[in-house]
Amino acid sequence: MTSLPPPSARKLGLVIDLDTCVGCHACVISCKGWNTENYGAPLSDMDAYGASPEGTFLNRVHTFEVARDSAPPMVVHFPKSCLHCDNAPCVTVCPTGASYKRAEDGIVLVNESACIGCGLCAWACPYGAREMDSAAKVMKKCTLCVDRIYNDTLPEEDRTPACVRTCPAGARHFGDLGDPDSDVSQLVAARGGFDLMPEQGTAPVNKYLPPRGRDTLEIPDLASLCAPAPQAAPNAQPTGLLGWLDRALERL
Amino acid sequence: MASQPMPDLSPQVSDEVRKTTCYMCACRCGINVHMKAGKVAYIEGNRDHPVNKGVLCAKGSAGIMQHLSPARLRAPLKRVGPRGSGQFEEISWEEALQTATDWLAPLRATAPEKLAFFTGRDQSQSFTGWWAQAFGTPNWAAHGGFCSVNMAAAGIYTMGGAFWEFGQPDWDRTKLFLLFGVAEDHDSNPIKMGLGKLKARGARVIGVNPIRSGYNAVADDWVGITPGTDGLFILSLAHELLRAGKIDLGYLIRYTNAPYLVNAQDGPDKGLFLRGEDGKPLVRDRRTGQAVAWDSPEIAPDLANGVEIGGVTHLPVFRHLADRYLAPEYAPDAVAARCGIPAARIRAIAAEIARVAFEEEITINQPWTDFRGQKHDSMIGRPVAMHAMRGVSAHSNGFQTARALHMLQILIGSVETPGGFRFKPPYPKPPEAHPRPHAGHKPGQPLDGPHLGYPLGPEHLLIQDDNTPKRIDKAFSWEAPLSAHGLMHMVISNAHAGDPYPVDTLFLYMANMAWNSSMNTSAVMEMLTDQNPDGSYKIPRIIYSDAYSSEMVAFADLILPDTTYLERHDCISLLDRPICEAEALADSIRWPVVAPDRDVRPFQSVLLDLGARLGLPGMVREDGQPKFKDYADYITNHERRPGVGPLAGFRGEDGTGKGRGAPNPGQIEAYIQNGGFWLDHIPPEAQFFKPWNAAYQDWAVARGLYDSPQPYVFNLYVEPLRKFQLAAEGHGHRQPPDHLRERLIQTMNPLPIWYPTFTDAETDPAEYPLHALTQRPMAHYHSWGSQNAWLRQLHGHTPLYVSGDIWAQHGFSEGDWATLTSPHGRITLPVVRMDALNPQTVWTWNAIAKRRGAWALGEEAPEATRSSLLNHLIHELLPPKGDGLRWANSDPITGQAAWYDLRVRIEKAPAGQSVSYPAHPAQASPLPKAPRDLAHQVKG
Repeated sequence: MTSLPPPSARKLGLVIDLDTCVGCHACVISCKGWNTENYGAPLSDMDAYGASPEGTFLNRVHTFEVARDSAPPMVVHFPKSCLHCDNAPCVTVCPTGASYKRAEDGIVLVNESACIGCGLCAWACPYGAREMDSAAKVMKKCTLCVDRIYNDTLPEEDRTPACVRTCPAGARHFGDLGDPDSDVSQLVAARGGFDLMPEQGTAPVNKYLPPRGRDTLEIPDLASLCAPAPQAAPNAQPTGLLGWLDRALERL
Repeated sequence: MASQPMPDLSPQVSDEVRKTTCYMCACRCGINVHMKAGKVAYIEGNRDHPVNKGVLCAKGSAGIMQHLSPARLRAPLKRVGPRGSGQFEEISWEEALQTATDWLAPLRATAPEKLAFFTGRDQSQSFTGWWAQAFGTPNWAAHGGFCSVNMAAAGIYTMGGAFWEFGQPDWDRTKLFLLFGVAEDHDSNPIKMGLGKLKARGARVIGVNPIRSGYNAVADDWVGITPGTDGLFILSLAHELLRAGKIDLGYLIRYTNAPYLVNAQDGPDKGLFLRGEDGKPLVRDRRTGQAVAWDSPEIAPDLANGVEIGGVTHLPVFRHLADRYLAPEYAPDAVAARCGIPAARIRAIAAEIARVAFEEEITINQPWTDFRGQKHDSMIGRPVAMHAMRGVSAHSNGFQTARALHMLQILIGSVETPGGFRFKPPYPKPPEAHPRPHAGHKPGQPLDGPHLGYPLGPEHLLIQDDNTPKRIDKAFSWEAPLSAHGLMHMVISNAHAGDPYPVDTLFLYMANMAWNSSMNTSAVMEMLTDQNPDGSYKIPRIIYSDAYSSEMVAFADLILPDTTYLERHDCISLLDRPICEAEALADSIRWPVVAPDRDVRPFQSVLLDLGARLGLPGMVREDGQPKFKDYADYITNHERRPGVGPLAGFRGEDGTGKGRGAPNPGQIEAYIQNGGFWLDHIPPEAQFFKPWNAAYQDWAVARGLYDSPQPYVFNLYVEPLRKFQLAAEGHGHRQPPDHLRERLIQTMNPLPIWYPTFTDAETDPAEYPLHALTQRPMAHYHSWGSQNAWLRQLHGHTPLYVSGDIWAQHGFSEGDWATLTSPHGRITLPVVRMDALNPQTVWTWNAIAKRRGAWALGEEAPEATRSSLLNHLIHELLPPKGDGLRWANSDPITGQAAWYDLRVRIEKAPAGQSVSYPAHPAQASPLPKAPRDLAHQVKG
């Protein structure tokens, strides 16, 4: 079993805006590309061109319908990756110490050279955020692009996770959720950001911003906006229009 | 924590970054291609690029897997088995090019129209069209006719530009955005970026789409409209706005033809503009009551009253418009049931449009001067923007629906104003500034002008004296008078039928016409293989160029294998389909960031080689030698007009020319050094009101977009449409065939109208109660994504999504399959419940289904076994009317393929169904078997 470090002041993580995510999977594939080429073993794809392609992804987007009583159903796109929990059960369950949480920023990583591929961590994670790579036989998970965010060889503006850099709708934000004054903490406060499955006691660092209300357009009939209304009668007659036009053109 | 591992936090990402242009869809984003040891290692968005500003979609990031696709063709191929079998042998380029030359040279010498050359998602249309013009065949076009020509043509005729490549919402300022129909891959990243901006500042997004997926899922308000009724909904919004007087009269008077007087005299001029002796349309001056030229100084044009001349009253366009849309038939209560939208909701949306347009007006303190010389202190905007694409376009009432949408934008005065819709240069460009279509061909001679254009009346149709169409696709005939992009979807059907005439060689590029790009796919495959009694094929020869082993490959006699997009030169040209921004002129290049590792060549270079072998004008020097070494040489040195070439940037001998200038031998290198693109900002005083802004007009002339200032007013009333109606009413020299008169009169109305789609009008709703649509997955582009190991894991089969009502009614349960039947055919596919749907609509994903054996996929791939195309249900012709005529399933004005008119019924498939229908036999693959597993990592 592996122990967690004392809680860090700095808690790096993601804020994902469910009001804005259009479900385009840009983050999924950008993550796949970066992490195939970087940290640890490549993300493999088994039966890549066959009947049952099955690849390793560190981030996936799920889509849900939300039924509502007196409004049309909502559709929510829900991107999900490791939430870098403060009380990460995937770490404490690890028999070799391969799974660990970094003391300095809270990022949860797998040391692949120590991973025996037992899969206990994936069973322990309530979010299903870890995937065993079938080719490398090691556990893969979101690294928060630890090899980007501190990478001296990248321009400063690119030191952000690949999924955040690529998100076309700007629905993904990266920052220090341990700092109440950070942009991401402010965003969480302003938009009512929430923890995923708080009842699990995992204390996730990543936060989700809820979808805003949908189908709320309820404003008075147009006529009430018009003063004076061009036509008294709802069924307009050209004569009514002509009078209004004359007056309106005169004012121009 | 001494034991905490220390991973390398600063690995070297790559040896080198090469900046080029994506081609994973039509969006044309800038990409950074990271190279390791000379190989492509990682692709990300280019932060400096005007289109995507650093972001990149799933397709773009998966470009590496397209570049490494096992479906890449490897060498030229000659067919050795029967057509459709996929049996080929590899041949040399010399043999391939000599074969093509031997086939084409006799055609050019005797009957150039016997070559039908059509290109698909081609981003080099100004080049391929130039080649076809030099060859002399009238039969060339790209895929616009089966994509979104309704949108493009309606926009050009109405206001000199449409959506996407023509213009964009003012994302930074708009406060209300209405998105109509499916639009996922037409301006893919810019729409997502724009929606993100709107969301970030809390602007309202209204999505109008029968299906709440993708962008409609994040829309604040979703309008689950019944397919094919968008035009009626839009005209009802116009009714409400007119009824309340929430229209911008000042804008209409200054910038549109609303005041133009319409001739009411029965006869050949009825419905045309009243004109002065100099031909200028006349308006009534409110001060004098006299009819005067529209652009006379110091007048007050009337919108309400007309003039009486010789006992005939001539009323302004606006009176006709108001009388029409104020009619009770457009009231929300009258259209609600048909559109599937409660009347109160229509009223609320109209009110919101009015409120934002007129109560949240935007003012930019930027003086400007209009073309009349009048100075304005500021730029005032109506911050309501709209966007639409195929969802509205791909109906047989799509042209008029797109017209209605543009009229709505114009009535509230939001086009080219802050917060509204903004043109991207070289647009705006009114129909008069575009060419007319040409089809004059002679043996051994180039065509007499450009193939495509914008007819201004029946005199510009491409027809013989007996009304026979001059083009194989019947573009610019009475059947589709304004078919500005041609009708690629009719070429195979017409060539097979010999209607209007047979062709000898069908030459296709990057168009999967034997599969997802054709209606009636199964029958098209039969047409391509159909033989005469002597065993010869009905379509004698087929040449095809593609980079990948698509379904179409199996049906060609000769394959010219293209490169991937990372192995080639291209130009994203202002002469073609530009990538400009509302605030800047822009173009870009592709360049070979890696060399091909197969015996393949870039198609455009092959076409130049072929052109030189055929001795085509412009492609050979006086000594008979090829004029251009390759496409890069053409991009650099070709001049369309003196000083104006494919690329606008870094022109002139010193490389400082903008838009105009002599060819610069260092131009492509300059683009590479600049990140693969060129950008030139429009001056602040020229940013808005472009059609009427003197500073913009002068800037456009300086940049070579126009040769002289071209100010114009928007056409609420499109006079050329009226000219076609007049012909159908019996006026004029050119007369349509009798069977088309009524349809021309009904559909070519000079003011926007709505009519039921032809399928809705002619199909028994009891027998076929449902509409069936496709949506385009954001992570795929047409058929291309399924060969991509990463993207096919996102969308690998095509479930049929049905509402809870249909689910219950037919007793579906999880794992069931459904059969869809149209008047034309049936398909069977897995069924899934989804409630966020228009209740009369079922849908599936577009172009995911594949034929067995194609795209180097395993024959048991779910794309083949659990997927089907709606194309099998859609005929390219309407059901026979008993008159012996072939009526196209297309918009009657533009010929746009009416994909989304489809009606179906649904049944539960018998228990035990486990494979989709139809299941075509496999085509042989000309490629080695794909690898089973991938664990791809480029070692530095």
